[in-house]
Parts: sequence; structure tokens; C-alpha cells
Amino acid sequence: MDFSAIFADGARAAVGVEATVYALAAIGLNVHFGYTGLLNFGHVGFMLVGAYGPAIVVAQYGGPLWLGVLIGLACAVVLALVLGLPTLRLRADYLAITTIAAAEILRLIYRSNYARPVTNGVFGLQQFADAFYALSPIPPGSYGLGRLSFSARGLWIVLVGWALVALSALLVFALMRSPWGRVQRSIREDEDAARSLGKNVFGYKLQSLVLGGVVGAVGGIVLAFANQAVTPDSYNPVVTFFAYTVLILGGAGRVLGPVVGSVIFWFLVAGTDSFLRQAIGTGLVPPGLLAAPEVGAVRFALVGLGLMLLMAFRPEGLFGDRREMLLDAR
Amino acid sequence: MRRLLKALLAGLFAVSLLLGGSALAQELAETLRGTLRDAAGEPVEGVAVTVARDGSQVGRDISDGQGVWEVALPGPGDYTVTLDEETLPEGVGLRNPDGATLDAVTVRPGQQRTVIFPLGEGGSSAPRVLRQLAQLAVEGVKLGVIIAITAIGLSLVFGTTRLINFAHGELVTLGATFAFLFNASAAGPRLQLIPAAALSVALGGVVGAGLDRGLWRPLRTRGTGLIQMFIISIGLSLLLRHLILILFGSRARPYADYTLQQALQLGPVALTPRDLVVIVLSFVVLGGVGLLLQRTRVGKAMRAVADNRDLAESSGIDVERVVLTVWILGGALAALGGVFFGLVEVITWDMGFNLLLLMFAGVILGGLGTAFGAMVGSLLVGLVAQLSTAYFPVELRNAWALAVLIVVLLLRPQGILGQPQRIG
Repeated sequence: MDFSAIFADGARAAVGVEATVYALAAIGLNVHFGYTGLLNFGHVGFMLVGAYGPAIVVAQYGGPLWLGVLIGLACAVVLALVLGLPTLRLRADYLAITTIAAAEILRLIYRSNYARPVTNGVFGLQQFADAFYALSPIPPGSYGLGRLSFSARGLWIVLVGWALVALSALLVFALMRSPWGRVQRSIREDEDAARSLGKNVFGYKLQSLVLGGVVGAVGGIVLAFANQAVTPDSYNPVVTFFAYTVLILGGAGRVLGPVVGSVIFWFLVAGTDSFLRQAIGTGLVPPGLLAAPEVGAVRFALVGLGLMLLMAFRPEGLFGDRREMLLDAR
Repeated sequence: MRRLLKALLAGLFAVSLLLGGSALAQELAETLRGTLRDAAGEPVEGVAVTVARDGSQVGRDISDGQGVWEVALPGPGDYTVTLDEETLPEGVGLRNPDGATLDAVTVRPGQQRTVIFPLGEGGSSAPRVLRQLAQLAVEGVKLGVIIAITAIGLSLVFGTTRLINFAHGELVTLGATFAFLFNASAAGPRLQLIPAAALSVALGGVVGAGLDRGLWRPLRTRGTGLIQMFIISIGLSLLLRHLILILFGSRARPYADYTLQQALQLGPVALTPRDLVVIVLSFVVLGGVGLLLQRTRVGKAMRAVADNRDLAESSGIDVERVVLTVWILGGALAALGGVFFGLVEVITWDMGFNLLLLMFAGVILGGLGTAFGAMVGSLLVGLVAQLSTAYFPVELRNAWALAVLIVVLLLRPQGILGQPQRIG
């Protein structure tokens, strides 16, 4: 058993592009769930429309990449408005089901044959981010030590990803210190109280949905750039559940909660994957019990178990404040 | 040394494939062929099929006693295949009225391509549309009753404990896979499906009881918030679903019994006996649950707790006991729905999760927390999903069902049978 390899695999994922994508997604969710108390379970829908913006503009219509990114973000704004206008008046549990349904509808439409001329259906779109990699100032080569190294392209996307995470976190920090942020938190604590003070609760909720949705879309775009590919089925509801796990692990309602949560989450997930693969490889786990292709499923099962334990025993996460997380369906 | 051997073998294999492939291509000329069968599956004789390329006729054949026609081709390329509708016998017509000519049928080198002309009963198009709608309506009812059976538990659990149980879909999958284990798995006892299903339903009830006693009740007594419990149920769903994936595998599998059946023609609708039995049994079960809720003591207690938990408790109802009964009933019904769904479609590790959103749609459509609402709403969801395929692509069927959910939430958020209350 090579523990240094396990550690290296975990550390690589913890600073890698998946961690930045989920940090961005969770920062968006944090605006929704952590600060405004919106139970948005269709977050992956924002990532989907964001990621498809540049993919469609570049791969299908040959447009410039920056326009695609703008269109992706605009799609997220439109989605937030279309989703929020009818549903934000609903109670939290209804909102959760409606948003997850909306995200599934989006995924089904994007993957349908009907939308094939635009989205290329289940096959998705590839090779659209060349312009992004052409911008890279990093000379070709390998950077880092041993297992913990990135190619020049990998390093570029990771650096951009973390820069975006830092920017988003800074934005959330500034906004939540402002009077606007205080109103958002008061809506989370007691909607009726905020309303009785003359605040337009619906408007604030909608603004929160738009802001968080755009940050989520940025996460989707980073993921699409990193893979140079988008397929509708990789934007399934489980992505949202992972983002919630990341958020709750780090601590909802904290600016750095999602960032720390993502780093720890991916360290644990990738480390466990690596550990299991080694354990199977060395025969520590009998092959009859678990085979290498099933490691992916174990990962999901463990995330589920982790989410349950976290929510039951430490709903405020590792760094959250219990007083900020006195949640109840209202 | 071993590596070298492997590489050599791989090379040899590749070369033999190439050689074999080209030899085959030379041996076999390209043909287009097909078998014409009518709606009852009987071969249709004496129908002329013409094959043309770039407007000029390449060949023509008349279907023989087995309904088979075959036209040899001059080479690979794109062909136009036309069925002469004049030569079709009385009472037989193309199922797709515009399908007599198939354009751009691509034939690869050496390919013997099969062309299908789906035939049905002839006649004008109006009754055909009605017949198609009738068929889809029956399919919709079939899907709807299965959703209804599974959704009752979801709705009752919400009614009595206010928990949105995201892991309810996994109870459905568990039911289907338990029955598979008893019925068709190599490791199981290979029981006939009916006793296997009965066992699985009983086990479903046990799982429901276990979840309530082992997980949800301790959480309730600890005072865990409802949103926390909702997220816990999502974690549970992820955990159970992927445990099932590890144990059951990712392949879709059928039961050992009642798989291949000849469809019965009931008026305008074709239905296999299996599907018919599933529909009838589902209605019987739904009726039974309705009677249970309306007439029995425990059913009344369930409705009372769902209506107002505190009032029910103060009038002497043992609420925890009722909740346990609800979980047993919900688990057993979910397992039954899973067996039915696995029977009419196929068993997969994520079938319950795929049904879950439809269940939610049905439950909310009918009014959260009421069992009868869940039944009506689920039937509607099934009908909408299937009937949408008459005009829209099949792959968007679930999208339509979910769209109905959103529309209902906008117009009548309390659902069709729900009591108006503040939900915003």
C-alpha cells in the first residue's frame, strides 16, 4: 500500500480543476441556500446552460469564444428569471422539487434529438475552447513534482479556475457585508419579518437566484473548458447533490465555506478512490467483493453516507456557525 | 517475452480481420431486403417493392409467401426504396401514410441491408389517429397506476411527518431487485415471479419499518430540522442507489417469467396479458388502499395525523405507531410498484430514481400529503407523459410530465385535491 501515492492523488484533486468547479458551484449555492435560504436543487441547470453557451457558439456557429461565454452567462440570468418568477413564492420544499424538475427538463431537452441541430443531442460538443488555451502565457512543459504535476494546459485552466473562485468569494464577501446582504440573511431567518419591514422579499430572492446562478454558470464554463467537451448527461441531478455536500461540508453561510469544502471534499473523494483501487490491486479487498469498475459507485455511495452523517451530526459543517444554520421549512 | 508474444498475437489478429473483411466484401454483393408482415404478424404476399438510384430503377421484387423481398444492388451507395401501395392486399396499409418511399437508404460495401415497412390495418387516417391515442391512453394509465402505487407512500410519509423522502425511489428499486433476486438471479432460489413478488413486497415493508425505526424516528426525537432531514434523505438515496448498483450491476435485466407474450387485441388497443394483469391488479390495490384509508381505524388515524398531527395526538392516537404503519405500507407499496415497473419495462439500478420525479409530480399535482390526491395526480402524470408522445418526441416524455407539475404549481399550488393553505 503506497500511502504517498494516495496522498498525492488526493492533493492533486484538491487543488485541481474539479475542486475549482465545485467551489464555484457551491459559492453560487451558498448565495441561494446559505444566505437567502432558497432550497435550489436545480443548480446543475445553471451549470448546464453556462457550459453550453460557449460550446454552441463556437462549435456550432463558429463564433468567438468570449461571445459564447457572455451568452452562457446571459442564459443563466434568463434561467434564473424564468425559474424564479413563478417558483419563488412557493414554500421551500416545493421550490426544491420544482427546481430539480426544471433542471431535469433542461437536461432532457438538451439531450433530445429535437435539439440536435443546436446541442448535438446526447453526443454533446467538443473542441470549442482552443481560443482559451491559445491565451495561455504558460510555456509548454510539466509543472510540479512527480504525481502532483500538471501539464501547461492543465495548469492554465487550474489557475484561471482558482482566480475565478477568489473573485467570486470576494464578491460574495463584499455583498454579504453590505445592507443588501443583511436583507438576504434576514429573509433566510424570517421572511415575514423582512416583509413587515417593507423589504421586497420576492425581489431580493430573485436577485439572489440570479447572482448565485451566474456563479454556478461560471463553474459550468470552467468544467466545459477543462474537458473541452460538454455532454448533457454529465449535468445530472447528482452534480447538485455533490455541490450541496461540498457546501455543507465547508459550512453554509460562510464566505470561504464552499472553497474549503471543495478542497476537502475532493481530497477525500480522490484519496478514497486511489485507496480502493490500490486495495483491489493488491488483493486487500477480495475481487469478489468489489471490482475496479465499481470504485466509482463506491465513491457516490460514500458521498451519500457522508452527506447523511454531516447533516445529522454537524449541519453547520466544519467551519460554519450553528446559529447561521437553524434551518426549517417555512 | 510475454509482451512480445501478446503484441504479435494482436498484430496477427488485426491482419486477419483486415484480410477477412475484404474477402467477405468481395464474396457478398450488396442487397436490400425486407420482410413484410401485417399487424397480426402474418406475412404479406404479392407486394411490389422498387429500388431506384438517382431516379433510375435498379430492381423490383414481389414479396413471396413468407413476405420476403430482396433486390440485388449494383454496388454501395444511396438508394430510394418504394413500396407500391396499389399492390397491398385489402385491409392492409402502411402504418405511416407517408412511409411508402424511403429516401437515401445508405448501403455500405458488402452490406445486406434490411428495410422495414411497418404495416398496419388500412383505412383512412382519422380512425388511425384515434386508435393511436387510445393505445397511448392505455399505456398512460399503465404508467400512471404504477406511479400511483409507488407515490402513495411518498405522499403519506409527507402527510404524517412532513418529510420529503428523496430516498423513496430507492424503495421502488429495492422492491424490483429483491424480486429479481428471488426470481431470476443465479444466486437466488429461482422462485416463480408471483411468490417472489409477494416476498419482495413483504421485505419492502420491513425495509420501510427499518428506515423509520432505525433512521427517521431517532432524527425526529433529536429535533432535526425538516430541511436537514430532506438533505439526509438525498444522502440516503445516493447511498442506497449506488449500493444497489454495486450489487445488481449496471445492466438492465428482465424477470424470468412473463417476458415474451403475444399482444391481445382489445377493440382498438393491443395489450399483452401481462400488462393487462398489471393494470387490473394496480387498480385493485389502489381501491384496497382507498378502503383501508376510508373504512379502517388505522386508515382513519393516518388521515387524522396527516390532517393535524397535534390534534390527532391529543385525541389519543399513537402518532409514532401510525407513522410506523405508514412506512410499512409505503415501503410495501413501493416494492410492489417496483415489481410491476420491472415487469412491464425492465429492472435497472436507477429505475426508482427515474420514477421519483414523476412520483413527485403526481403527488404535488394531486395535493401533497393526501393519498387520493397522489392517485389522481399520478394517473394524470402517466397519461400526460404517454399522450405527449403522439405529437412530441418520445425522449421528451418525462419533460412534459414535469412541465405539467410546474404549470400546476403556478395555477393551483395546493394541487387538485389539496386543501387551500399557505404554501408561499
